[in-house]
Amino acid sequence: MQKNIILAGVGGQGILSIAAVIDWAALNGGLEIRQAEVHGMSQRGGAVQSHLRIADHELYADLIALGTADLILSVEPLEALRYLPYLAPGGRVVTSLEPFVNMPGYPSMDEILAELGKTDRPVLVHSAELAREAGSARASNMVMLGAAARFTGIEPERLEEAIEALFRAKGEEIVDINIRAFRMGQQLSNS
Amino acid sequence: MNRQLLLGAEAVAQGAIDAGLSGVYAYPGTPSTEITEYIQRSKEAREHGIRSSWSTNEKTAYEAALGMSYAGKRSLVCMKHVGLNVAADAFINSAITGVNGGLVLAVADDPSMHSSQNEQDSRVYGKFAMVPVLEPASQQELYDAMFHAFELSESVRLPVVVRMTTRLSHSRAGVERQATLEQNPLYAEYAPERFVLMPHNARRQYQHLLGLQPMLEELSESSFLNQPVEGHGPVGVIAFGIGFNYVMEAKLAHGIDCRVLKIGQYPLPRAQVNELFEACETVVVVEEGYPVYEELFRGYFGSSKIRGRMDGALPRAGELTTDLVAAALGAAAPASTAVPGIVVNRPPELCKGCGHRDMFDAINIVMQENEEHHVFSDIGCYTLGALPPYNAIHTCVDMGASITMAKGAADAGLRPAVAVLGDSTFAHSGMTGLLDAVNDRSPVTVIIADNDTTAMTGGQHSSASGSKIIDICRGLGVDEKHIRTFVPLKKNLQENITILREEFAYEGVSVVIACRECIESAAKKKRRAAATGQ
Repeated sequence: MQKNIILAGVGGQGILSIAAVIDWAALNGGLEIRQAEVHGMSQRGGAVQSHLRIADHELYADLIALGTADLILSVEPLEALRYLPYLAPGGRVVTSLEPFVNMPGYPSMDEILAELGKTDRPVLVHSAELAREAGSARASNMVMLGAAARFTGIEPERLEEAIEALFRAKGEEIVDINIRAFRMGQQLSNS
Repeated sequence: MNRQLLLGAEAVAQGAIDAGLSGVYAYPGTPSTEITEYIQRSKEAREHGIRSSWSTNEKTAYEAALGMSYAGKRSLVCMKHVGLNVAADAFINSAITGVNGGLVLAVADDPSMHSSQNEQDSRVYGKFAMVPVLEPASQQELYDAMFHAFELSESVRLPVVVRMTTRLSHSRAGVERQATLEQNPLYAEYAPERFVLMPHNARRQYQHLLGLQPMLEELSESSFLNQPVEGHGPVGVIAFGIGFNYVMEAKLAHGIDCRVLKIGQYPLPRAQVNELFEACETVVVVEEGYPVYEELFRGYFGSSKIRGRMDGALPRAGELTTDLVAAALGAAAPASTAVPGIVVNRPPELCKGCGHRDMFDAINIVMQENEEHHVFSDIGCYTLGALPPYNAIHTCVDMGASITMAKGAADAGLRPAVAVLGDSTFAHSGMTGLLDAVNDRSPVTVIIADNDTTAMTGGQHSSASGSKIIDICRGLGVDEKHIRTFVPLKKNLQENITILREEFAYEGVSVVIACRECIESAAKKKRRAAATGQ
């Protein structure tokens, strides 16, 4: 088993929490992990991405090679497109449809949807709406993880365990909201 | 299972803690900051009394680490590649004095300049100082290399460099820990013949350093960081640091069969290198950074046997990837989609609500009143003031250069001559330049954007902010009437404009402190207070 996952978003959108959940689940599942992330200047409202690789055998590179990502999981629709060169033939794009506009020239949603539509059965998620339904707009990254769960190569139960472990310190309510958000994303993706 | 998920930087930190570290000294700088932050957060480090607060700059950090080593204990000093320029004087000379307790310099290079102004290769510094350099290829190797580095440092009595690059420093992987070692006891011996670098001692010590070189090469031959990988065919690869990872990925992905020599400890293991070069018709040199050893292998007159960054097999600049290395080994480019044309860049920007925004608004208004409106700036979040919508600063060269460049321009006759730098950068390298301006009565206005933190690297403690800055400026001889403070807020805009206008017009040294807490630190404090129920 080997999965190459690109996590994409804008600095401050919480893609590192998504990475942390997958990492935790993979580590506890005895898998090998490499997860490269962006620190420093670009974190200030710039485009950020994380290359996450998990496998049941030794991994060498921290970066994913072009055309080999099984999944692009993006919490912002334009950012999903930025990393298309990494997508493997047959790889899947799971993206939030909430645009984050902080620069001039942001394209129209129709243009973005047209480009997303060229990929293999993209999973498009109104994550903010679902997160609010789950109990907090801040849980929208867990909605996205839920929607992408079946492409991660990790059992959803293990991902839920990881969410519980990582949010435990913030109290039971926060754990429940995030689990609910995860399941709502999962449901949407499976339907 | 005792695996922990650690960033490369954190693996360095945990390795140092477990290898009997007594103190870490550092100035923040991407991608090295997380080493020290990890030690500061570590419960074990606290229990072991490991000293870990931030230093004022890389030079003070390095010298303090050398002092701790002098007293017999194991010390770690961390910085980014350009930080080593600041610490270079201490570093190079510590190779002449040698060390007592193990002294390890962890330096993080930034090829592709993700968060830096150049991509200088610290291995060159290692060669320059003639000390051992370790360049591990994985997080586990980094962890293990820390034990090795301290041991090596104590056995050859030299500082040892552990070099890593952005990708390894900022990538996580599972790391297995070893049994921890006790700290060294305090043991300072009088050794002026080594540590007083007057010429007669320096000459002898330098001869000693030269004499050590064959032994260092010998030690590289048996290092676990240098390993041949079996293979066949006329093409061989010598792969340095994480270059090795891309070679192995390319071999797997494209079914390439070739010999590989993995290098992770310098000086080079000559016998292993000779063996590879004798066995292969062509050798591809894969270095994450400058073509330091490729140039050496080629020699002045070149060699058609060698491929790498210098003949275009690999790009001359920038970090490596599996794809670049695969192409250099002759693999066909992968099928991959292009980035759609509608995807525009998303450059970083100052946070919404950041005080720097209000400071730049005021500066821009006053500057537009002047025919010349050059603003000399520096390294920090406020460097983002160079981008639209502000376009407010016109230089950013190295830590502290804002004040000294403004001074030089003022000496040349430029008016107004304005410098903008942050509180942490002022403490790092601004103070000495301000003294120069005072001594020369150069008409400069130094605007210190005091947000009470080292914000760009994630909010580390600043060595001087608030009243300390005022005291420093006064102590350096700036006229008290021309040390002004304002709060960069929208409601104060008119008042702030007036202050700037007055000080720009003053024919002498003035300091204007734009004082407002970083909104990120404020938010962090609020979150912490909420979490503890206060």
